[in-house]
Amino acid sequence: MIQMEPKILGKSDIKRNSKHSKTMVSLQRKEGLQGYLFIAPWIIGFLFFLAGPLLFSLYGSFTNYNITSSMDFIGLDNFKKMFTNDPIIWLSLRNTLYFVVVSVPLTTAGAVLLAVLLNQGVRGMRVFRTIFYLPAVLSGVGVYLLWMQLLSPSTGLVNTLLGFVGIEGPAWLTDPSWTKNALIFMKMWSVGGGMLLYLASLQGVSPSLYEAAEIDGASTFRKFFHITLPMITPVIFFDLVTSTIGAFQIFQEAYVMSESGDGGPANSLVFYNLHMWNKAFEVFDMGYAMAMSWVLFIIILVLTVFNLKLAPRWVHYEGEDQK
Amino acid sequence: MSEVVQKRSGTQMSEVVQEKDNYFKSLRFKKKVGQGIILTILILGSLLILSPIWWMFATSLKDMKEIMTYPPTFIPKEWHWENYGIALEKGSFFRYTWNTLFITSFVVLGNVLANSFIAYGFAKIQFKGRNFLFAVVLATMMIPGFVTLIPQYVLYAKLGWLNTYIPLILPAFFGSAFFIFLLRQFFLTIPNELIEAAKIDGANHLYIWWKIIIPLAKPAIATVAIFSFNGAWNDFLGPLLFLNDESMYTLQLGLQVFKGQNDTQWNFLMAGSIMVLLPVILLFFFFQRYFIEGMNLTAGSKG
Repeated sequence: MIQMEPKILGKSDIKRNSKHSKTMVSLQRKEGLQGYLFIAPWIIGFLFFLAGPLLFSLYGSFTNYNITSSMDFIGLDNFKKMFTNDPIIWLSLRNTLYFVVVSVPLTTAGAVLLAVLLNQGVRGMRVFRTIFYLPAVLSGVGVYLLWMQLLSPSTGLVNTLLGFVGIEGPAWLTDPSWTKNALIFMKMWSVGGGMLLYLASLQGVSPSLYEAAEIDGASTFRKFFHITLPMITPVIFFDLVTSTIGAFQIFQEAYVMSESGDGGPANSLVFYNLHMWNKAFEVFDMGYAMAMSWVLFIIILVLTVFNLKLAPRWVHYEGEDQK
Repeated sequence: MSEVVQKRSGTQMSEVVQEKDNYFKSLRFKKKVGQGIILTILILGSLLILSPIWWMFATSLKDMKEIMTYPPTFIPKEWHWENYGIALEKGSFFRYTWNTLFITSFVVLGNVLANSFIAYGFAKIQFKGRNFLFAVVLATMMIPGFVTLIPQYVLYAKLGWLNTYIPLILPAFFGSAFFIFLLRQFFLTIPNELIEAAKIDGANHLYIWWKIIIPLAKPAIATVAIFSFNGAWNDFLGPLLFLNDESMYTLQLGLQVFKGQNDTQWNFLMAGSIMVLLPVILLFFFFQRYFIEGMNLTAGSKG
């Protein structure tokens, strides 16, 4: 069989070609080639900005590279150093885990609760939705500066409001035992982002389910736990997975809100990525930093796989086609 | 139920009706009370959510003496509008704004063009390995940014791209997983018959993408444009790593420097923050529906 170049197959070829199936195959091939053309930017970007760097980093993690030096292969020394000769990394891991474990469930629960409240058909729902979503679009240094002011111990808004209800607020960003909670508090402000995601999925829950439950005399709580919650578990799952991955990589907040990455009082804001940043771009121990990045990658990978395996136990998929 | 009602005698029936009437009345009452409680919670919640923004505004207008007084005031006694002028003078905000606008416009352009192009390929053209490659696209979202950040830095350093805007702009022209996903989701809702008809009329895919799909997908494209504007405008990590020259700084970086220079000068810091956040706030109020559209597309595919 003669291999025909797809690009020379013009209209005249199709006319001449007596075998219909052959034409179809060629046309499909031409179509396929165009498909690759369209995704070509992504493939180039993938190789250049992702796959290439990944390979470099994987090899680099076994070297003593520091951007000016040659890359000498030093085996597992970087990984050994993590376990034996770098106490900060353990502290950073503990700080990060604390942040993940506290912030992810809080923001998820907050977002679900808010979405359910907004989905009760109250008047002015659109206005409320706008207000609650607004903080989620604000980010960056401006917001961190704002929260540093809000959380200032004696003259900030947060402790002033807490004072109104008789609570003496902590020193937030200057008290080592409260710094991480301060960041979590700030995260809670922008819980509206997740809320919007849940609201969209709540509006997809069929009203007939609630009507049926009402006829059976189900209480509000029963309806919530037996209809609402199961129906939105796919979105909860998606949110949990992505926000866990995100929370593990907390960096900017800590960098800006502790004097340019010094880690805050008593190193209480040294998160894993902040430590990695200092290793890579302050002391240029890049081999070590790349090794650290792979450890984080593996932690995230294992957690995500674990999440995926656990999902069938609690995530409810309506119908078969969505599985 | 109606059969049951019909079988009953007259008196019994009226009782039943009465009972039902009461039942619904109490239900309606309960509902009203419930709505009242929810409304109260939502109003209080809204005030709490908005209070930081008001606080930022109020603080930006106070003088330092008033900021330090205890208890703090919610409304400034004197409105020092000149704080904004002073903040503008102290930090080179005009320079930073220009730099940020420059980067942001290219990033938005790149993201809109590249992602719609790539998403069209994934949504509307059949080719071998399409599903596998799309799975790869999705999987890349899981890779922590720092894993590639260090080698990318080395790469840009070797190419002599450090202290230029190339590392901040160029990647936008090669697609980003989340936007590809978002646009593909939207393109899938556009009927294939439209494309088939155009093909019969002799249109090629390039033409179809540019003349048919992009106009039809305006809402989704607006969403991508707005999200990527937000992303580039608020990007701190990229400029922090790749830019050295202060004259090249973006607003985020400039604000961080400004913070170092005006330690605890909260009125100037808040004035600066407001000026940096204002474009995003305005964008949000004018194009709110596109923000929500993006969320709906994401949620729709998961639920």
